[in-house]
Amino acid sequence: MRNFGRTLLAAAMLSALALTPRPAAAVDLTMYYPVAVGGPVTKVIDDMVARFEKENADIKVTAVYAGNYTDTMTKAMTAMKGGQPPQLSVLLSTDVFTLMDENAIVPMDGLVDDKAWFKEFYPAFMANGQIDGKTWSIPFQRSTIVLYWNKDAFKEAGLDPEKPPANWDEMASMAAKLVKKDASGNVTRWGIEIPTTGYAYWMLQALAIENGQKLMNEPGTEVYLTAPKTVAALDYWVDLSRKEAVMPKGSIDWATLRTDFLEGKTAMMWHTTGNLTAVKDGAKFNFGVAMLPAKERRGSPTGGGSFYIFKSATPEQQKAAVKFIKWMTAPERAAEWSIKTGYVAVSPAAYKTPTMEAYAKSFPQATVARDQLEFAVPELSVHENGRIYKFVGDAVQAAVTGTQSPKDALAGAQQQADRVLRAYK
Amino acid sequence: MTGRSETLPATSRKPRSQAWWNAVNAWLLLLPAAVLLAAFTHYPILATIRQSLYFTKRNGTEVFVGLDNYRAMAADPIFWKALINNFWFALGTIPTSIALALLMALWVNRNIRGRGFLRLAYFTPTVLPMIAVANIWLFFYTPDYGLLDQLRGLFGLAGWNWLGEPSTVMGCLIVMVIWKEAGFFMIFYLAALQQLSPDLDEAAAVEGASRWYTFRRITFPLLMPTTLFVAINAVINSFKLVDHLVIMTKGGPSNASTLLLYYIYEVAFTFQDAVYAATLTVVLLVLLSTLALLKFGYLDRRIHYQ
Amino acid sequence: MNARTHPIEAIAAWLLALLWLAPLAYAFWSSLHPAAYATSFSLSAPWTLENYVRAWNQAPFGRYYINTVILVVLILIGQLVLSTLAAYAFTRFKFKGSGIAFALVLLQLMIMPDVLIVENYRIIGKLGLLDTIPAIALPYLASAFAIFLLRQTFKSIPQELVEAARVEGAGPLQILWRVYVPLARPTYVAFALVSVSYHWNNFLWPLIVTNSVGSRPLTVGLAVFGAPETGVDWSIITAATVMTMAPLLIAFLLFQRQFVQSFMRAGIR
Repeated sequence: MRNFGRTLLAAAMLSALALTPRPAAAVDLTMYYPVAVGGPVTKVIDDMVARFEKENADIKVTAVYAGNYTDTMTKAMTAMKGGQPPQLSVLLSTDVFTLMDENAIVPMDGLVDDKAWFKEFYPAFMANGQIDGKTWSIPFQRSTIVLYWNKDAFKEAGLDPEKPPANWDEMASMAAKLVKKDASGNVTRWGIEIPTTGYAYWMLQALAIENGQKLMNEPGTEVYLTAPKTVAALDYWVDLSRKEAVMPKGSIDWATLRTDFLEGKTAMMWHTTGNLTAVKDGAKFNFGVAMLPAKERRGSPTGGGSFYIFKSATPEQQKAAVKFIKWMTAPERAAEWSIKTGYVAVSPAAYKTPTMEAYAKSFPQATVARDQLEFAVPELSVHENGRIYKFVGDAVQAAVTGTQSPKDALAGAQQQADRVLRAYK
Repeated sequence: MTGRSETLPATSRKPRSQAWWNAVNAWLLLLPAAVLLAAFTHYPILATIRQSLYFTKRNGTEVFVGLDNYRAMAADPIFWKALINNFWFALGTIPTSIALALLMALWVNRNIRGRGFLRLAYFTPTVLPMIAVANIWLFFYTPDYGLLDQLRGLFGLAGWNWLGEPSTVMGCLIVMVIWKEAGFFMIFYLAALQQLSPDLDEAAAVEGASRWYTFRRITFPLLMPTTLFVAINAVINSFKLVDHLVIMTKGGPSNASTLLLYYIYEVAFTFQDAVYAATLTVVLLVLLSTLALLKFGYLDRRIHYQ
Repeated sequence: MNARTHPIEAIAAWLLALLWLAPLAYAFWSSLHPAAYATSFSLSAPWTLENYVRAWNQAPFGRYYINTVILVVLILIGQLVLSTLAAYAFTRFKFKGSGIAFALVLLQLMIMPDVLIVENYRIIGKLGLLDTIPAIALPYLASAFAIFLLRQTFKSIPQELVEAARVEGAGPLQILWRVYVPLARPTYVAFALVSVSYHWNNFLWPLIVTNSVGSRPLTVGLAVFGAPETGVDWSIITAATVMTMAPLLIAFLLFQRQFVQSFMRAGIR
């Protein structure tokens, strides 16, 4: 028995040792953050955090990579309910209603000395986070959807490699020319791919906007999935694969789509600009980046993650968190972050920094997503966001896989969404 | 299992105080395990059932709502989809892996060349983490440049979006799970076969019975208890197997591959709806208890007969 | 046990075995070749360890290893101690309520902690243990399976040995330690192997209770690392996958017979 006891004690000590926190700095902050794009993003974050800590010896930031956006939101909410919330997090800018409903976050207004700071960012990125006259989040890894096109494939198909599709019809007809088949009639290159997993609601929203249809109301209590123009948007999307046969059938994976594009399996793709640097580093061909094509108008929802500060943090921690956020979003860092990932730098000032100016000159693709902000609308954001995203995502997948017609699929999602959102009216 | 169930009290001089002393000793020995079991099995079960009958308001107060949550569940198409998927998942994986397991066990039990290697090969998938397995198989199923589509390409066939099509996603996951589980079930058959008397086989051979006949009329019936045992365990286990969904499909496309436990996880931790998650969990608990009753009914009989 | 194995059958058995090993072989192959060959097979592809180096550098796998080892050891020791005591109580002592107590233990065989994730999470949260290694271990420390298995073994131990020890003046705990535990060694080994492989591979519960690198076991670390959102680099992911399963796989290859017998012994119950 004694041996057992001794071993147990040793194990307990071993694990206690493993759990001992680092020597406490004046303020300890834990931050969860997601990664949704390619490249060594965690390394970039770690590096930035280390530099911040060097400049601010009294603040210690533990940055925890927690998976994709959904995973990170899950982790943050779960940790909060379990009584150990982080002090700040990067979460979808659209999670704001859910976070407010859960009483998780504090508005920034009371934490900053000068609200003029909010004006430094692009208004389009602030839009999702400003509710009831308060500012609940600060933009960080923000994006719009852009169209990537393979110039070499365009040339090969007899298209002008410098001219991406400007509208829906053009995109469909160009895609048809770009489809390549082998001797036995199997497709070796598709014309276009729009991802249907992970962020299908985002892509659907882009199509709906272009078709002139809003997807939700301002207070986040209604969605408009059965509006004829929303249905028409999904019809167009589904037709690309089922009717025009320029896009693969079945669901298209958000994660592997970049690889598809880099391997030349598709000549065009819709994806976040946050993937730009990873595409640039991996492409063995010339490629261009364009704004999304128009139907009634151009348009893309904004996207990506913003900083939130949690209510349960102590006043000192909240102050320190603001300091950290200010540092991370300062023009030089915003420029650096944009260059290393492809995300849109969050303030106009960032584009005036010498590094960014030089980069944009050598690589003009880097500013397309920013220029698109002119046409951007806030991303779909409602109460119970996670659920609504699932309903919309399921509907899109049901439609692209041919299980249901776009109309029926969206009607089902609308019904489910209405039931969930009823509580918030 | 040889059962010698009589327990001997240490001394029988003072029966009453002896019994008391026994009980104290026994409960002291049981205490640590009992506390943990109560905290992480018994209490959670009761708390889950209770939770499913209440509704938590936004301000945190709980209201008794009777079966309202169950009515909401009955109206939830995703719940039904998950439940039906669980059924197909079990039906797809269990009979095939059991048949394969039996075949493997028969081979490995025989004087076949490289027996040790065969047993190793069949059993290896069992010791691998499901997460790792999912990572490997995810590549096989990747459209176009995945292994499966490359093989199809050799025959001039077009790529197929294995996990992205509702018609194939479940089948793909089932094949993977069969690969992972068959070797595990083989072990049970191997154990049972080793307890069968080799005389039976020989007698049958002397009688001139064909191998197939021997198997069908002698070996297989004798293995019936094992088959039942494995089958029930496999069904129970199939409700727990959801790790691969996290990596491979997240339950998609359009819930075509979601399973009950994964949906519970999603509802509880992604949607933060503890009440509904509890309601769903109760369904799972009822299913598992039913299976357990079946199993123990059967186990009891087996113990009697041995 | 005869020479009647038909050659065709032998070939089939071998084909199945090779098929069964193929996925694993692929994982090794892909992890040992440059990324360019992950999707196109070629015998002339150069060999490299670079994927392992890169995977190791891209995520704190060293830390994950330590966490998993601590976790597995913690659980195993807890299970062995608790279940030995409990099984002893059920075997050696006749006491009121033992039947009900045993039934309550068996309940955990059907309703495993794996399905009670929501409430268990709440309890761990109340204990203030979230995001720690003990939090992953706690629900599994009292193992009905171990208690059941050990009780069966203890019951089969000849009473003469127990009597002899008692005559020599051994108390109940000494009898347990000197008679029961040594004789149950094969059961301990069997259970240990099953437990270690189960908890090395366990995923959903650790995923839920851990948030940070300091407590994540390998499986969760691998899932976070391979999260497809980051784009898929198969070579590196397979390298990470191989790293995750390697220790268990090596242990299995070294002690193959022991493993199979343990699973058999534990499985039959």
